Amino acid sequence: MPANLARVSHLRPVPDPKPPALGEDLEPTIPELERWATLLRCECVRMLAVAKSGHLDSSLSAADVIAALYYRVLRHDPRRPDWPERDRFVLCKGHAAPIQYAALAHHGYFPLEDLMGLRQIGSQLQGHPDMNRTPGVEVSTGSLGQGLSMCVGIALALRLDGLDETAHVFGLLSDGDCQEGQTWEAATAARHFGISNITAIVDYNHLQTDGTTEEVMDTADVRAKFEAFGWDSVEIDGHDMASVVEALERSRTLDRPAAIVCQTKKGKGISAMEGQFGFHGKPPSPELAADALEELETRLEEQTRALQPSEEGARE
Amino acid sequence: MTAIADPKSEPIATRHAYGDALVALGEAHADVVALDADLAVSTQSIKFGKRFPERFFNCGAAEANMMSMACGLAATGKVPYASTFAIFAAGRAYDQVRLGIAHNELKVRIGASHGGVSLGEDGASHAMIEDIALMRTMPRMQVVVPADYNQAYRAVVASYESNDAPMYIRFGRPSTPIVYEEIPESLGDGVDVLREGKDITLIATGHMVWRALEAADSLESEDGVEAEVLNVSIIKPLASDAVLESVSKTGVAVTAEEHRVAGGLADAVRSVAAEQHPVPIFAVGMGDEFSVSGTGEACMEHFGLTARAIADRAREALVLKPIVSRPPLFGPEWT
Repeated sequence: MPANLARVSHLRPVPDPKPPALGEDLEPTIPELERWATLLRCECVRMLAVAKSGHLDSSLSAADVIAALYYRVLRHDPRRPDWPERDRFVLCKGHAAPIQYAALAHHGYFPLEDLMGLRQIGSQLQGHPDMNRTPGVEVSTGSLGQGLSMCVGIALALRLDGLDETAHVFGLLSDGDCQEGQTWEAATAARHFGISNITAIVDYNHLQTDGTTEEVMDTADVRAKFEAFGWDSVEIDGHDMASVVEALERSRTLDRPAAIVCQTKKGKGISAMEGQFGFHGKPPSPELAADALEELETRLEEQTRALQPSEEGARE
Repeated sequence: MTAIADPKSEPIATRHAYGDALVALGEAHADVVALDADLAVSTQSIKFGKRFPERFFNCGAAEANMMSMACGLAATGKVPYASTFAIFAAGRAYDQVRLGIAHNELKVRIGASHGGVSLGEDGASHAMIEDIALMRTMPRMQVVVPADYNQAYRAVVASYESNDAPMYIRFGRPSTPIVYEEIPESLGDGVDVLREGKDITLIATGHMVWRALEAADSLESEDGVEAEVLNVSIIKPLASDAVLESVSKTGVAVTAEEHRVAGGLADAVRSVAAEQHPVPIFAVGMGDEFSVSGTGEACMEHFGLTARAIADRAREALVLKPIVSRPPLFGPEWT
């Protein structure tokens, strides 16, 4: 960490980042995944506090899904980001890049300290994901509505390579993605082309730049919409880790495209921000960042402590 | 290597070269895939679709989705050829092309058919006259406009075999006279001297190339003017040396394109000349106006996109040449 940042108390490194469970047979348990989600949230607060720019609340609402994906569901290998048989993850809601960057860094796709370069000149971590700059990013996103179409293209290429039985494509969409017409063009195409290895996860956090999604442009029942487009479609609590994992793992077993509408809260994990309007695209003030980190780190400590004895017991 | 078809000698639309060359590419390369948006018969990608149904994806009337799908396919190792009308390829799906294809530097080829006003009867809603400008200004995007079937065939084959950057290739609807007797070995640097001359340079692209050749004939027979004719098949990156070499010799030029003068070939040539060898450059092309309905040929006539218009513009330029111009900074003295 640069010396000038080390003096700022709320920018100190997140304590006790355990290495990811790479190569282990044991899958991370639900409490472990919840702890990872908290840790990724801590990283987001630190990154945004340094960058003084970015979308914190949009990253936090997706933290549980991202943790479930990167630590348990996705078949990926940070040592071989171009492994042909890997699952593909596309952050359709590209503005939530910090949460993906945090997960990638904690898996060793690039050094942890790079996170602090977010949105700065010379950094590989652009404001929105860039496939040519950041290892682990499959395609560049950031213009809402395009991501699911890219997922369809990836899925078709995997089919041509005979990999559609092994490699699954996960796209993470936002409320805004569901307002873009192109998402529904992609939903139509996925069913038409008979794609079964695709999962659209909607991080439905009910807040966007100008107000609540319901006020700005109510997208109505997104789960029912996907169902009407011929998709398998479920709605879950996007912060309930057990439900998230179950829905993601089930989605890859289906014979048709799958949608998981996650009801979430923007800013989840920080009480002052949770479900509150007015934070979209705004970095936290130093005060808010300090309070947020204290809250998150307290939770992280609790979650870490709770894991210590039970881990021994559960795995004997 | 791709097997090359026999050259055509009778007038035929450049879009047919797209369909024919695409099949040849598909035979030679397993990673070639094609996408279309319910215009496969018009763009001729249907030929690929019939030969390789498993590698062909008709996306229906959803061009934005098609371009982003092409991005996904290319990011996963395929070489997608995505075709539709130029109006939809460059206009409707601009943002999808920009972020998903150009920004990512992916090897995607956009086959944009029915460019310009020679699309005819469909009128202003379909006649794309600013696509070259849009694609020229898009970072990392190459812009190719072949002059006839034989050059278009080579352009499509070369787009796979000798180039990895994103590319926009414009094709036309109407039958177009043959300019190249053979299928050329390559596009070279994208600027071919089709006819040599010392008095004025006619710089044309696409459907205006054969018209520029006709204009040169007329200038020679009626005025005794020796016009040099350049075919610019690669508008971006423009081979500025080839353009400068000619205009430094003749000292005056007329550009001709089936496109808005603003942002098109005229602007590309003028910006090169303005910086490196300022000479008067006059333009034949579309002004600040939309196309109208009519037969393709009638539309060309209506907007002055004819051999006669090129020749007339050249005559104006030649009259003005000694008045508005001053001696060039480089190159030989004018005669």
